[in-house]
Amino acid sequence: MSYVIEGSTGPWEIVVGLEVHCQVVSQSKLFSGASTKFGNDPNTNVSLVDAAMPGMLPVVNAECVRQAVKTGLGLKAKINKESVFARKNYFYADLPQGYQISQFDKPIVGEGTIILDMPDGSTKAVGIERLHLEQDAGKSMHDQDPKYSHIDLNRSGVALMEIVSMPDIRTPEEAGAYLTKLRAIVRYLGTCDGNMNEGSMRCDANVSVRRPGEPFGTRCEIKNVNSIRFVMQAIEIEAKRQVEVIEGGGEIVQETRLYDQRLGETRSMRSKEMAHDYRYFPDPDLLPLVFDDAFVSEIEKELPELPDEKKARFMRENGLSAYDAGVLVAEKEKADYYEVVANGRDGKLAANWVITNLFGALNKAEVGIADSPVSAENLGKLIDLISDDTISGRIAKDVFEIMIETGGDPEKIVEEKGLKQITDTGAIETAIDEVIAANPDKVQEIRDGKDRMLGWFVGQVMKSTGGKANPGMVNQMLRDKILG
Amino acid sequence: MTDLTNLTLAEARDGLAKGEYSSVELTEAHLKSMEAHRNLNAYITETPEKAIEMAKASDAKRAKGEAGKMEGLPIAVKDLFCTEGVQTTAASHILEGFKPEYESTVTRNLFDNGAVMLGKANLDEFAMGSSNTSSYYGNVINPWKDKSGKDLVPGGSSGGSAAAVAANMALAATGTDTGGSIRQPASYCGIVGLKPTYGRCSRWGIVAFASSLDQAGPMTKTVRDAAIMLGSMAGHDAKDSTSAPMAVPDFEAALTGDIRGMKIGIPKEYRVDGMPEEISKLWDDGVAMLRDAGAEVVDVSLPHTKYALGTYYIVAPAEASSNLARYDGLRYGQRVMDDGDSLDDMYMKSRAAGFGKEVQRRIMIGTYVLSAGYYDAYYNKALKVRRRIYEDFANAFGTVDTILAPTAPSAAFAIGENEGDPVKMYLNDVFTVPASLAGLPGLSLPTGLSSEGLPLGLQLIGKPFDEETVLRVGGVLEGAANFTAKPSGLEG
Repeated sequence: MSYVIEGSTGPWEIVVGLEVHCQVVSQSKLFSGASTKFGNDPNTNVSLVDAAMPGMLPVVNAECVRQAVKTGLGLKAKINKESVFARKNYFYADLPQGYQISQFDKPIVGEGTIILDMPDGSTKAVGIERLHLEQDAGKSMHDQDPKYSHIDLNRSGVALMEIVSMPDIRTPEEAGAYLTKLRAIVRYLGTCDGNMNEGSMRCDANVSVRRPGEPFGTRCEIKNVNSIRFVMQAIEIEAKRQVEVIEGGGEIVQETRLYDQRLGETRSMRSKEMAHDYRYFPDPDLLPLVFDDAFVSEIEKELPELPDEKKARFMRENGLSAYDAGVLVAEKEKADYYEVVANGRDGKLAANWVITNLFGALNKAEVGIADSPVSAENLGKLIDLISDDTISGRIAKDVFEIMIETGGDPEKIVEEKGLKQITDTGAIETAIDEVIAANPDKVQEIRDGKDRMLGWFVGQVMKSTGGKANPGMVNQMLRDKILG
Repeated sequence: MTDLTNLTLAEARDGLAKGEYSSVELTEAHLKSMEAHRNLNAYITETPEKAIEMAKASDAKRAKGEAGKMEGLPIAVKDLFCTEGVQTTAASHILEGFKPEYESTVTRNLFDNGAVMLGKANLDEFAMGSSNTSSYYGNVINPWKDKSGKDLVPGGSSGGSAAAVAANMALAATGTDTGGSIRQPASYCGIVGLKPTYGRCSRWGIVAFASSLDQAGPMTKTVRDAAIMLGSMAGHDAKDSTSAPMAVPDFEAALTGDIRGMKIGIPKEYRVDGMPEEISKLWDDGVAMLRDAGAEVVDVSLPHTKYALGTYYIVAPAEASSNLARYDGLRYGQRVMDDGDSLDDMYMKSRAAGFGKEVQRRIMIGTYVLSAGYYDAYYNKALKVRRRIYEDFANAFGTVDTILAPTAPSAAFAIGENEGDPVKMYLNDVFTVPASLAGLPGLSLPTGLSSEGLPLGLQLIGKPFDEETVLRVGGVLEGAANFTAKPSGLEG
């Protein structure tokens, strides 16, 4: 895939690296015992440590460390058995300590890889530079009072994993695929719930442009974009802006920018000159974070099957195409659903039903797999009804429509609506005889060698039986009667 | 009845046990002494009601046969320890009126062991200083006077604690030591001060100055008292990640009085140019006393000593600049803000009004040494030198059991002296800072008087978590020096 921005002086390539903040799934905060529960009243999940009371000290939450290691393993990354927490110093009202405890030169996780599943079924590897643990800040609310800002410290101190990609991304679509895949991985692992709209996953994009083959250009960082779609839009808009600036004789200034999705533009937030000097240094309140191989291998044992492995297995064991397998593993719930449907059945047939019919219907109704009115068990039963010739494929589609609407059991629906396939030879024979009697000329055409006309007869018989006749039997019996 | 304030901690403990007097009587005697010597300004906050209440409770506990190791013993608490419901200022304007809703682990341990709090002792603002002149609540006056009779500094930063113990305004006091803040004022006030190994006492609930150096310890009248009190202060605390998960030994049991065959190191680098004759002599006398007691005296080398002060004055301000960022006027303490001010205005006004000059100076130094472009030249290099200093000690302790050196380069100086010259002021810490950087235990005890009649201290530096050896040797030195002089500046 070759994506370029056509400028007035020629084509430009874009170079993107993403920094994603993933809120760690844990009961309590990174360095305090306060709850991480989302949606509680402001300033109710705040310990003395979170409020930075004098003399309070951080103690690292082992569960958050395990979650970071687990995520690192999921990203096929190097786990650093010794890492160091550092203070990032800056003043802000929602940062009670006056510094954020983060990791700087010694992160807990080093280089890794994410395999992107592109819409055309191809894949691309994007490097992970690092993953580090850090505290989240509180929340400033500027719309609660005409004069004062309000601060909610519930989020202050919640553990984040900052996952930094290499500048390997070359198109907005790849950025989208990267976020989709990263989200899938952390959700599979249960280390982050990945809800960008709730802020539990947040993305900063570093964007630069260059003429193909040239060194990297100066980058701008677009802060805190809150959906995958907006990230893709922001990258494209920012890249176009940069091309215009450069082609207009200007220079790109390294700076932090904000994406305004309403106006569809990025605008400067602070320039490099205004950038903070964070004065990172190792936090003297915390010892270096050290663990052994056994700690890592314990976590390794808990790793679930991840999207890439699952995809490979679906292709290998169920004969699915890369595309279908990719669609199914994109969300763990979808893959789980599919596996229930495919269990003991034809994997490809199951994939077709799940992807084409079910996902199609869910998309139309704008509901997620978790809220699917059709349970995996019932969809499986429906496929069984086709396989054992209880109903035809065409009838099955009607039954499926009813299932989507009512959530009902396909066996009962078939029973109640009398949709069972007619396999009684007598009934089918009667129907065939009627059609043959009414169309002697067409019978003759077949006998004269126009075999293709047989299909027309099948259609007529199916029509007269309301679609319930077994098509295979109809075919065979017509053949016997006409061609004898 | 003799004046109960003349008692040592050990004597008072034994007297209480024998029922010679009650904790209430002991406490009242000290409250009276506090009143009598209020001119020394040793306390920022006196808590007489709380003290009597605690003493009564203690007497009741004892009556039930549940006496703890510090049962009924009235002490002063440096106003750097957060005390539940009692104003905790760190001697700073910025924390004026701050009443913590929590009790520091060290004071909690002491109170659980029965100690009675008399009040919160004065100190240098945020423990930054060697003279106790940087306190927002006024300087402390040393109970000792030189021949001229002018007011002298008690040393710092635990100057209020030292003065309170020296003037019998408390049986003992808690101190904290970052670069010498227990040992130097102990030396200036003629008392015993023990900085334990970093990690021995929990830092939880102590207002932080420099987190990698801060360590709480006892300030007492005798070595035995220090051993008793440390036993109640120390212990692993899961709330402090740098607290050592080690059992607390019976420190008092270490005072066997027998140091025969022990090796005492004398670091040649501490014999600095221009060391006053009387300090040299004090040191030599100490060496002789230990030799007479059967110890072997060995010369050792700590080659990086000369870099210690510079290293300290990079590391400590760097950490302080970050630790003090939380005093921003938002959640507690002083806020200075005018109508229409921005957040940055509030920060600047609150911090400018709330912090004194020395604190501001150290915040600026610390901010500078951590800044982009200077970090490697200053902070990073300081960390490397700090490592070398630690290795110096580790090498020396390969051959010796403890190291003997002077605590401070001089006796107490006059209030106002050195004020215009921060570097000269910082030189007071030259002998205490190396052990702080190495995290080692250091015990200062008075062993002689200067020509001006002022107390002078020697310090013993020990191996990590070997306070026992330091206390044992200290006990022997204390006995040999037989320092009995009393503060000359006390009226009445």
